[in-house]
Amino acid sequence: MVTATALEAELLELAGSVPDPELPVLTLQELGVVRAVRLDGPDTAEVDLTPTYTGCPAVEAMSLDIERVLRAHGMREVTVRTVLAPAWSTDDITPEGRRKLQEFGIAPPRVHHGTGPVPLALGPIRTREPETEPVRCPHCGCADTELLSRFSSTACKALRRCLACREPFDHFKEL
Amino acid sequence: MTATGPATVPATAALALGDDALVLSHRLGEWAGHAPVLEEEVALANIALDLLGQARVLLSLAGDEDELAYLREERAFRNLQLVEQPNGDFAHTIARQLYFSTYQLLLHTELAAGNGPFAPLAAKAVKEIAYHRDHAEQWTLRLGDGTEDSHERMRRASEALWRFTGEMFQPVEGLDADWAGMEERWLESVRDVLTRATLTVPEGPRTGAWSAGAGRQGLHTEPFGRMLAEMQHLHRSHPGASW
Repeated sequence: MVTATALEAELLELAGSVPDPELPVLTLQELGVVRAVRLDGPDTAEVDLTPTYTGCPAVEAMSLDIERVLRAHGMREVTVRTVLAPAWSTDDITPEGRRKLQEFGIAPPRVHHGTGPVPLALGPIRTREPETEPVRCPHCGCADTELLSRFSSTACKALRRCLACREPFDHFKEL
Repeated sequence: MTATGPATVPATAALALGDDALVLSHRLGEWAGHAPVLEEEVALANIALDLLGQARVLLSLAGDEDELAYLREERAFRNLQLVEQPNGDFAHTIARQLYFSTYQLLLHTELAAGNGPFAPLAAKAVKEIAYHRDHAEQWTLRLGDGTEDSHERMRRASEALWRFTGEMFQPVEGLDADWAGMEERWLESVRDVLTRATLTVPEGPRTGAWSAGAGRQGLHTEPFGRMLAEMQHLHRSHPGASW
């Protein structure tokens, strides 16, 4: 078991404080993409970054921003590694991140209850939770919204419209 | 982009999967500025971006991604002939998406469940592909069960590309998958969508004498050379150019 040193924890916090280049209301920590920071020497750091989508073009900008922040904190050499496993999920977005997305006008992703086979639940069907909760309008909170397009301004969002206030809005798709 | 993985990556398999993703990504990118509605332009570009991301990771496992993408000749590409087929009308693009994304979803689900060198990427990609598959299914239903014209176009497209679908289930060296089982599940899944779209499963053969496994061996159809010429032109004219 490797335990992070105080400096590693501090660097992790710094790397996590970098704003997302496309959604600057969120930090990388709130987005859940900075996995770890390790010290390979007194001033040599290695950062594990996971992409939201495999082809996310923001990864390069994120890496540069992280390098800049850690260098400013006295690191001479900073390497940002892209790690794919375990795969990032929208469940990795923190509750604070979800709140900020909503405030920014983007409907946050709904929380999954795991992927893969659906567990069998015995019991009367009426006591079961509905399969999926509705996507709520981030502007008026109405649950009556419709899908306009499965892909929106970025691969991670879908375009929807509120049937109450008629405003179109982005929905951060569950992944 | 740096990706981590065990040192022993089967290069044949990395090229086969990487080239599928790269070539289809380029074809989908050709829709930019031409799609029937703005939302679809954005959707197809986003799907292309997902595929490009997968291609970059896979080709980096096999060598230098730029060299592999921009400096190989046609015969060195190992993609399926299906993905290099021209976009055609929108129905052709959707039929190609339905056939390929159904295959890709089945294959990556299997790879993700194993512990081979492609498992980390497959686990990530499978979540993206699920959205591509859904997009293709919804459009197949809408066009097939739409107007007389859209039905006819979707029928023509599903039939025209049928002969390229057998190649997908030729085993690829270095990939541990149940190819026969996947083919069965693929047929079942495609039949289900086509039937709901009021279309019938094409009756023609799924391979020709010359096309069975040909793309994986570097034999490609005529339009592929022109596509590569366009894709590689800038890099070959200005080596090392960057944004």
